[in-house]
Amino acid sequence: MTPVIRLVDACRTFPGPPPVQALHPVNLTVEPGTYLTVVGPSGSGKSTLLNILGLLDRPSAGVYEFEGADVSELNDRSRTAIRAHQVGFVFQSFHLMPLRTATENVALAQLYAGAGRRQRMLDAGIALERVGLGHRRSSLSNTMSGGERQRVAIARAIVHRPSLLLCDEPTGNLDTATADGVLDLLDELHRDGMTLVVITHASEVAARGQRTVTIRDGRLS
Amino acid sequence: MTLRSRISWRDLGAEALAGLLQRPGRSALTALGTVLGVSAFVAVLGITGTAGNQIDERFTALAATQVVVEDVGPPDMPASEGSFGPDSSARVQALNGVVHAGVWWPVPAKKPSISAAYGVVTGTEDLRFLAVEDGALSATHPKLQQGRLYDRFHSERGERVAVLGAVAASRLGVTRLDGQPAVFVDERPYTVIGIVSEVDRLPEALFSVMIPLSTAESDYGMPEQAAAKMLIETRLGAATVVAEQVAVALRPEAPERFRVISPVSPRSLHDSVLGDVNLLFVLLATISLVIGAFGIANTTLVGILERTSEIGLRRSLGARRWHIGAQFIMESTILGLLGGLVGTSLGVITVVIVSLAQQWTAVIAPWIIFPAPLVGAAAGLVAGIYPAWRAAATEPVEALRRLG
Ligand SMILES: Nc1ncnc2c1ncn2[C@@H]1O[C@H](COP(=O)(O)OP(=O)(O)OP(=O)(O)O)[C@@H](O)[C@H]1O
Ligand SMILES: [Mg+2]
Repeated sequence: MTPVIRLVDACRTFPGPPPVQALHPVNLTVEPGTYLTVVGPSGSGKSTLLNILGLLDRPSAGVYEFEGADVSELNDRSRTAIRAHQVGFVFQSFHLMPLRTATENVALAQLYAGAGRRQRMLDAGIALERVGLGHRRSSLSNTMSGGERQRVAIARAIVHRPSLLLCDEPTGNLDTATADGVLDLLDELHRDGMTLVVITHASEVAARGQRTVTIRDGRLS
Repeated sequence: MTLRSRISWRDLGAEALAGLLQRPGRSALTALGTVLGVSAFVAVLGITGTAGNQIDERFTALAATQVVVEDVGPPDMPASEGSFGPDSSARVQALNGVVHAGVWWPVPAKKPSISAAYGVVTGTEDLRFLAVEDGALSATHPKLQQGRLYDRFHSERGERVAVLGAVAASRLGVTRLDGQPAVFVDERPYTVIGIVSEVDRLPEALFSVMIPLSTAESDYGMPEQAAAKMLIETRLGAATVVAEQVAVALRPEAPERFRVISPVSPRSLHDSVLGDVNLLFVLLATISLVIGAFGIANTTLVGILERTSEIGLRRSLGARRWHIGAQFIMESTILGLLGGLVGTSLGVITVVIVSLAQQWTAVIAPWIIFPAPLVGAAAGLVAGIYPAWRAAATEPVEALRRLG
């Protein structure tokens, strides 16, 4: 089977001053349906790695193959299209639009994928149902609790059925009970066959994954 | 794999509108500059147009009902008699649309001295001595201060009577007519029968001693060539036609002996009066519009810096740079359009209020009202270009690093 992710000697250097080597050359292969967790201390390069995996950023050197195709040299337009259709992001700080309802926030994920408005709203409702927020469809996102917001963010990340779901510290801002709910949801998505990469610095979160890699000072092990 | 990221214009417009409505107060304040600019535009053009229309009407009443015919003599033969024949006014009166018509000329007094008492001449050098046919006198719309005008009866009998203009009368010291005062020209006495205080045409009449044509002819002879003129008053709208026909009516065999001065086109008159004023105010309105556009540009730019994380989010969800830029251009264009609509309404209201206060009829050309909101939209569009470019250039990773 074609791996969803294949990094070959991919590295990322931020041209300073002073220049920062946030990611030393890494090799990483993720097969479809894998639940991968990435752990590491703050500043170790986790988000840098995730941005490259999500095609928001390019490796400074090396090769990144997404679903078998080399995307490191693709033009911005094609990379944007892959983000629109095949990648779902869950950000550490939710990034919801404050004055829009939960449904509108989730529907935003398909705005640039060419779906019609009615279809977007329909899909958004189903995705919210899926994360257990069917009753809060028309609540404004800034009236929701942290756990609810994170679940809206997950609904937004999965509404277009991406082949890769990337989560940056999905439980970082949540208490244990709420975090468990979110993690159960991720388990469920994994059981349904989705490929997940979840960043965390909590070992109990990392333990939920099938496979865990550790990153320290930009080096993967 | 032919995946694309795309968005319909409709969805893009809805996103732009939602972006504006999220901060209604700020959007309203931002549009204020355009509101002022566009309303200034509409008000200035509307008020000058309205005022111009009033000026039109005033000029039209006089200018459009007047034809003057000048005697230019035969082209090659010098020194013949004047071109107006004795029956000139009768011929012109017969034309359709003529109300009053008459010939007048400066009387060639040999030693032109005018005085109220025999032999006394002081301060009257600039007074004029005119032979004025009664029809011409009527055409000036004279307002009598005292006495009466001479008429056909005086003319036919060649009576030595005179009508004075008010200025001439006061210079000559003629204040009352009950003693039958006389004025002396070249030591001939003329009995003053009336004093005219105002005229609408032939303003020199107020400085003149005017006598009937036949009196002038018998005392001084026929007018010199090219000295006589004819003043014609027509009905409203008839002046142009009368002007076309009058030369032939006067002398069918030699119409070239006359030059006909037809009414001034009211339109060109009004344009020249208003052109300068218009230009100044349009300049001011343009300046306020430009300031309005800078207001939009500035606020949109600040808004974009505030919404960096929104831009990052949209980019991560698959928005292309172009989509981001188009959304912000649309936001500023909609803002400009709304400002333009409100501004147009305010401008029209201003014109109506000013017109009511001046008791004018408000006149606003459609070519001012319909494009005015579009001018606002255009200002918004131009104002949005730089901020939108900045938004489109935002790197998604950088944008998402900022919390918001
Ligand atoms: N645009 C940039 N320019 C310069 N340095 C950067 C840039 N982005 C990240 N870095 C540096 O790269 C290193 C890795 O950053 P990264 O955000 O990947 O860390 P992280 O593992 O996600 O940390 P955290 O757990 O706090 O989110 C850090 O030292 C950071 O300062
Ligand atoms: Mg991070």
